Amino acid sequence: MIQFIIGRLLAMVAMTLALSFVCFFIIQLPPGDVMTAYAAELASSGDSAGMQSAQLLRERYGLDQPFTVQYLKWVRNILSGDFGYSFNLKKPVSEVFGSRIGISLLVEGLAIVVLWSIAIPIGIYSAIRRYSAGDMFATVFGFIGLAVPNFLLALLLMYVVYLLTGTAVEGLFSAEYARAPWSLAKLWDFLTHVWIPVLVIATGGAAQVIRVLRANLLDELDKPYVVTARAKGLSERRLIMRYPVRVAMIPLVATVGWVLPTVISSSIVTAIVLNLPTLSPILLRALLSQDMHLAGALILFMGVLTLVGTLVSDLLLAWIDPRIRTGTIDK
Amino acid sequence: MTKPTSAHGPLTESSVAGLPAAPSPAPASLSGHGTETQFQLVWRAFKAHRLAMVSLYILVLLYLVAAFAEFLAPNDPHDVNARYTYAPPQELNLFERNEQGDWRFRPHVLGYEVEVDPVALRRTFVDDPSTKYYIQLLPKTHAYKLWGLIPAERHLIGVEGRRAVLFLLGTDRLGRDLLSRLIHGARVTLSIGLAGVGLSLVLGVLIGGVSGYYGGLVDSVIQRVIEFIRSIPPIPLWMGLAAALPRDWTPLQNYFAITLILSLIGWTELARVVRSRFLSLKSEDFVAAAKLDGATDLRIIWRHMLPAFSSHIIATATLAIPSMILAETSLSFLGLGLQTPIISWGVLLQEAQNLRALADAPWLLLPGLLIVVTILAMNFLGDGLRDAADPYGSAR
Repeated sequence: MIQFIIGRLLAMVAMTLALSFVCFFIIQLPPGDVMTAYAAELASSGDSAGMQSAQLLRERYGLDQPFTVQYLKWVRNILSGDFGYSFNLKKPVSEVFGSRIGISLLVEGLAIVVLWSIAIPIGIYSAIRRYSAGDMFATVFGFIGLAVPNFLLALLLMYVVYLLTGTAVEGLFSAEYARAPWSLAKLWDFLTHVWIPVLVIATGGAAQVIRVLRANLLDELDKPYVVTARAKGLSERRLIMRYPVRVAMIPLVATVGWVLPTVISSSIVTAIVLNLPTLSPILLRALLSQDMHLAGALILFMGVLTLVGTLVSDLLLAWIDPRIRTGTIDK
Repeated sequence: MTKPTSAHGPLTESSVAGLPAAPSPAPASLSGHGTETQFQLVWRAFKAHRLAMVSLYILVLLYLVAAFAEFLAPNDPHDVNARYTYAPPQELNLFERNEQGDWRFRPHVLGYEVEVDPVALRRTFVDDPSTKYYIQLLPKTHAYKLWGLIPAERHLIGVEGRRAVLFLLGTDRLGRDLLSRLIHGARVTLSIGLAGVGLSLVLGVLIGGVSGYYGGLVDSVIQRVIEFIRSIPPIPLWMGLAAALPRDWTPLQNYFAITLILSLIGWTELARVVRSRFLSLKSEDFVAAAKLDGATDLRIIWRHMLPAFSSHIIATATLAIPSMILAETSLSFLGLGLQTPIISWGVLLQEAQNLRALADAPWLLLPGLLIVVTILAMNFLGDGLRDAADPYGSAR
């Protein structure tokens, strides 16, 4: 087990390095460096002190040096907690992060919880009652869930709520609570807002998880050990929940690996449409204005988040299923 | 699967006897030697899938519309009408009562009358029964070039007259005809799905083939790369790459760059399928036989292995198109993908981005409906193809 954990950790470090390289490549893609635009702006306003600070910043981030040197410098800065400088918001990137990261993680975490709690009961139900009306309904829901883009679902829900209540649901808080400290009233306000994004983010992933769970469970239901248990007179409910469901859930834990990228991808689009105070709208704005240090750091952060999630799911999987950590089966 | 076809002779004959009414694409070969090609077998299995057949018809129709967009669109999609911003869809009346009181078939629409609310200063459109615009078949309206080459001015339908307007699906913020824009958008959105998957297919077959055929170190390096790409969330990566595109590129350059970006990440699934097929076929007798015959690697792959799993590749590729379309639409919707003046369904949905526009003009969500229909049809078609890809019936 220790060997397995070390191997996984090493792979994770390698992946993170590769990811950081990709992110830095994206930062470097736009022609000219970030300072060109910034310095031009300062020069036009005749700000000589600003010109000097631009030169200082350029040296600090090594913008006048070759790609690899810049990359190493960037990585070193990040390791010491300096994610670069957002030239649009005129703030260090880490400061921008700090103010929004909590809400981002909260919304994504809620979405994952909702995703599993929708998908698992439906998946089990439609496998046990195969071809029943409920199963058909779940299948149709699954197909539509996969076919409707997240942003469209968010728009539709927004429009429907507007038609029904006449109010616009945007953001996560009503205006009066946006800057207020947490209280019961604020929590309630948050809950009345958060269900739309959470539902939207969860749908696409839930549709996929239902399909996987249903297929896995159907494979298990015909196995001899199920027949044996039934012959012994075990109640149907205990029988199903105790044996085949547990086996069918194992590959599901492995799906965390792709559920996380899906959830993060869809939370970005959804948060932008619904104008949530999360990191995603900042990413879009940063990209549109080519504020690349901020954008690169955000992409790196989102990538690392999924890598960590995948690592945790791998370790969990190895803990649940000894066949995986000993390498007897491919997961 | 590439065993001599005669081995399947009895199987084919019995299945033909069981289905005497089944129309076969090549009856001559049936009566001749009682064998069918791989393609005929797959096609027969596919036809049994009713949902997939319906989806195929829908998709063929959509692609035909995309191909003849200029001819089918009643208006110029870029034509701005300041008088008719956010005009609602016109009702299409098929029949008209003439002086004798008989109903006659004369499709027409009513003109708009604009009423301004004196308090809110909001404009509302109402039907104007006094102006009727008759819809003509093949009228000469605005000039265009079919596929940018053939000059023409006839359209399938249209209205003639200087003040005549035909907005069957309403107009957008600038008074442009939504129907025409949808038809033109179909061309871009549907083709970018195909082009992106085509490019991914090349990458996937090449890389997956190398990985599966040679194995060993090459295989594990490629597998790690694939794992890496699949473990990072695609949308931020796409967004980052798309945002870096130079702003002064022409629409065409932009289009190809976005296609390239989408397929740079999209090839991994195809590569995985190709690799696993290669791995399972590598140990087959016919591959060993070809090797002993002294065939080159390239010839073995091209002549013996590829035909054996081409139907699987086609099925996987079809299932990959929806995610391409979804990605393009999402990127364009966010303003990072295709840019105006290119019209794609994602670009059109940008118009519906805020609640105000939606409340005033809910018909702007129609591109979304088309996206959903297209993706559903693609998924059903892909599922049908996947089931039919192995016509020898191991699964059924």
